[in-house]
Amino acid sequence: MKKVSIDPITRLEGHGKIDIFLNDEGDVANAYFIIPELRGFEQFCVDRPAEEMPRITNRICGVCPEAHHMAATKALDALFHVEPSSAVKKVREMFYSAFYVTDHTTHFYALGGPDFVMGPDAPPAERNILGIVHKVGVETGKQVINCRIRNHDIIKMLGGRGVHPVAGLPGGWSQAVTKEMQAHIEEAAKENVEFALFSLQLFEDIVLGNKDYVDLILSDAFTERTYYMGTVDPNNHVNFYDGKIRVVDPEGNEFVKYEAKDYREHIAEHVESWTYLKFPYLKGVGWKGLVDGKDSGLYCATPLSRLNAADGMATPKAQEAFDKLYDTLGSKKVNGRYQPVHHRLATHWARLVELLYAAERMLELATDPEITDPNVRPVVKTRPDEGVGSVEAPRGTLTHHYWTDEKGILTKVNLVVGTTNNYAPLALSVKNTAKSLIKKGTVITEGLLNRVEMAFRSYDPCMSCATHSLPGQMPLEVTIRDPEGNVVERLSQYT
Amino acid sequence: MTEKFEPLIIGFTCNWCSYRAADLAGISREKYPPNVRLMRLMCSGRLDPMFVLKALAGGADGVLITGCHPGECHYLEQNYKALRRYKLLQKMLAQFGIEPERVKLVWASAAEGVRLAREITKMVEEIRALGPLDWSDSVLSNGNGSSPALVSESKVSAQEVNA
Amino acid sequence: MSKNGKPKFGMYWASSCGGCEISVLNIGEKILDVDAVFDVVFWPVAADFKYEDVRNYPDGYIDLCLFNGAIRNSENEEMARLVRKKSKVLVAFGSCAYEGCIPALSNFTTKEATYRAVYLDNPSTDNPDGVLPQEITQVPEGELEIPTFYNTVKALDQVVPVDYYIPGCPPEPPQIWAVLEAVVAALTQGADLPPAGSIIGATQVAVCEECPLEKHEKTIDRFYRPYEKQPEPGLCLLEQGIICMGPATVGGCGALCPQVGMGCRGCYGPLPGVEDQGARMLTALASVIDVGKIGDDEAKLDRELDEIMDTIVDPAGTFYRFSMSHSILHRARVSGNGQKKGEA
Repeated sequence: MKKVSIDPITRLEGHGKIDIFLNDEGDVANAYFIIPELRGFEQFCVDRPAEEMPRITNRICGVCPEAHHMAATKALDALFHVEPSSAVKKVREMFYSAFYVTDHTTHFYALGGPDFVMGPDAPPAERNILGIVHKVGVETGKQVINCRIRNHDIIKMLGGRGVHPVAGLPGGWSQAVTKEMQAHIEEAAKENVEFALFSLQLFEDIVLGNKDYVDLILSDAFTERTYYMGTVDPNNHVNFYDGKIRVVDPEGNEFVKYEAKDYREHIAEHVESWTYLKFPYLKGVGWKGLVDGKDSGLYCATPLSRLNAADGMATPKAQEAFDKLYDTLGSKKVNGRYQPVHHRLATHWARLVELLYAAERMLELATDPEITDPNVRPVVKTRPDEGVGSVEAPRGTLTHHYWTDEKGILTKVNLVVGTTNNYAPLALSVKNTAKSLIKKGTVITEGLLNRVEMAFRSYDPCMSCATHSLPGQMPLEVTIRDPEGNVVERLSQYT
Repeated sequence: MTEKFEPLIIGFTCNWCSYRAADLAGISREKYPPNVRLMRLMCSGRLDPMFVLKALAGGADGVLITGCHPGECHYLEQNYKALRRYKLLQKMLAQFGIEPERVKLVWASAAEGVRLAREITKMVEEIRALGPLDWSDSVLSNGNGSSPALVSESKVSAQEVNA
Repeated sequence: MSKNGKPKFGMYWASSCGGCEISVLNIGEKILDVDAVFDVVFWPVAADFKYEDVRNYPDGYIDLCLFNGAIRNSENEEMARLVRKKSKVLVAFGSCAYEGCIPALSNFTTKEATYRAVYLDNPSTDNPDGVLPQEITQVPEGELEIPTFYNTVKALDQVVPVDYYIPGCPPEPPQIWAVLEAVVAALTQGADLPPAGSIIGATQVAVCEECPLEKHEKTIDRFYRPYEKQPEPGLCLLEQGIICMGPATVGGCGALCPQVGMGCRGCYGPLPGVEDQGARMLTALASVIDVGKIGDDEAKLDRELDEIMDTIVDPAGTFYRFSMSHSILHRARVSGNGQKKGEA
């Protein structure tokens, strides 16, 4: 069979390649989404002091180090059996909300957004953040940059550094919030809310106002029906920092709700020899391979999943945006909650709803009287043994599990990382999209291949990077050969 | 006939006490094995841990550090520094998989020639029993995946993927 | 130079986390200036150039290539060699490329132990057949290939010659901007670049010089884990017994971590001229331990020192947290079954 490789895949974090096999008829026999990297944190963290983990696991991802930092910090709380004070939790959650604002902004405007705002077939020269800037104006472009910087400054103020924060401690946080910081953060949070509303409006005008885009979103090529996972608070509203982990089935019924520490009872990971990344799945359903549906244990953990798994949002404007998303996409309420939306491209919209929630939540916490409590760094004397910490990373539910000896030196580590949750559905999406779009007689255009890549981009696999250094064209080469190996068609485009 | 492993040990001796002790051993015709290559420092406090690391990485099977007894340092207190560095170094080298017997600190006054000779002899035998360290060939050459065979063969189960 | 005269820019990531890319982004609006000056020709995170494009470039095509990430597998090494060939100036950007960084902590263990921990003895993994990643897998449609995972992590300059080093995990935005400005000046106005092999984007002195905390004489009789003590604000952390790598680390970051009450961990690497950062830190720490007076009995001295050393719980992993690939020993000696000789 002919093999078409997209190597590497681009506009995401990390390494990956897609190998597409075409049979003699010219249809896609299979498409493999391969992850060629492994670093081995689970092993080399052994023998390290547990309290260093927030600063070591940061380096699992430099786009969402705050997520690993927070999961690690919460794992330390559990490990040392210390309950952080209410003030500590609020400081951490406020820091975490600032992170969500900047991360979701970056992804929407620079990574996933261009496919939408400019359109999947837009000339590659325009299908990037610069194109968006030209379309909506330089002032908006600067707003995006400034939103990122404004929030990264707060991350630095509270966490020590803009990338790879350091302040997490068992039961505490090393940096307290002063009155000056609090005033500054409150201002920033208000600007964030405005910016989030603006972004949702932009989506409405440019994406929802365009029938072709709406058709794309609703098309079968980008739709799979899986289970959905997200963390919810006691009211079953989305919460990024803490709560229980809830999974709903493709029809929206609650399948399971559990405490983070019990994750092993509910999920397991499958191994394939052709990739370094493992495939988590729901134990209660089982591993059936890369297929969707109620009988397959595949589940998603993305912004759309979180919204699907929850009953609503905890802040008013975000709740409005939530209702609008489900109503617009034709979701009906059953037993008082919306049926899940299965259209993968709607994840970009869900991300903006979460952006608004993060901004509103940040404002709530910034104006909370407890936030300036100076006592956020308790002395810890308890004996550590084992602990699990879990948060919602922007790309999915993130779980850290540590075992230590009595001195707090790690003896074993397990990590189930955000994007990992999505590996199976993501691989499935790429395969399905390739199969739907590439058939016998299809002319393989650059835009078509971009649509195959769009299948993974909506999952926001870890890295988003806003850049203005995108050149004109999207260099791509696709070679199609007949069964004898003769070149039938070669499409290429270079700068 | 198999060759007996001859350990190569680098010895850092301080000028004032232990170097003179080594000298005295020679003068007293107290034999000690030639496996130790002595290097003279003005004081054991001059010992930079990097010397030890370079020696081990460079092919030495062991390192001996000698100095004046605490309280007798020619420069008053610097052998205390040597002792602290040595203790921390021992702890750290264990994490690198280097046995504590390979790096030894011995206090010896200028009059203790016989004792020093015996310590050296003892160390050579200890390291002979441990075997060569051979850092660059046996540890560093293990760089690109040439570690012992992995635990199990993997089955190609990709058929499941096509379900 | 490209057709429009703009210098060509590339940024590649090997075994990395993406933090270096984000840090470049955090130079804020200045990124628009970078965009105005350079033409990007390779940057997987942001632009859609594929490996085949880079292979087809003429040698030396890329004027400036920032390479971040450590050399962990065969693809990383292959790409390092490829971009070296295709670049005029190759910069080891960030701690991973410079000296191994966090991925190089893997040099305390082995590939075998890593595979076991991830795929076999893993508490949430269901793998009854013991499947492990294989470089080549036969699938019904053909063959799938993944890179070889190396036993030892290397720095970029251990596989190809490097022109400059920008340290930091990640390098801080003001330093990144300073370097880019200097490069732009060199390319467009013929200004001088520093001598090849230099460490740029850092100061020449230790982090302590930048740190605003008050320093007095250090006489420490025990060390505290960061959660065991509430440090007095405004006062040097190391003096209070909280380990801080500042004395053995080159400055340039602004001493950010100590300012929020957490000790430096050395991510900017050693001072100029220092070959082994870990050994330097060991010496520095040993020098400030103040235990043992003249007249103490040798056995008592020994005991007291052992007690203090017990409060330094992970010397190798702390002192070499970022610099394992450049350390003199380079990796730990681990036998086949994963046991380390000599460990207590």
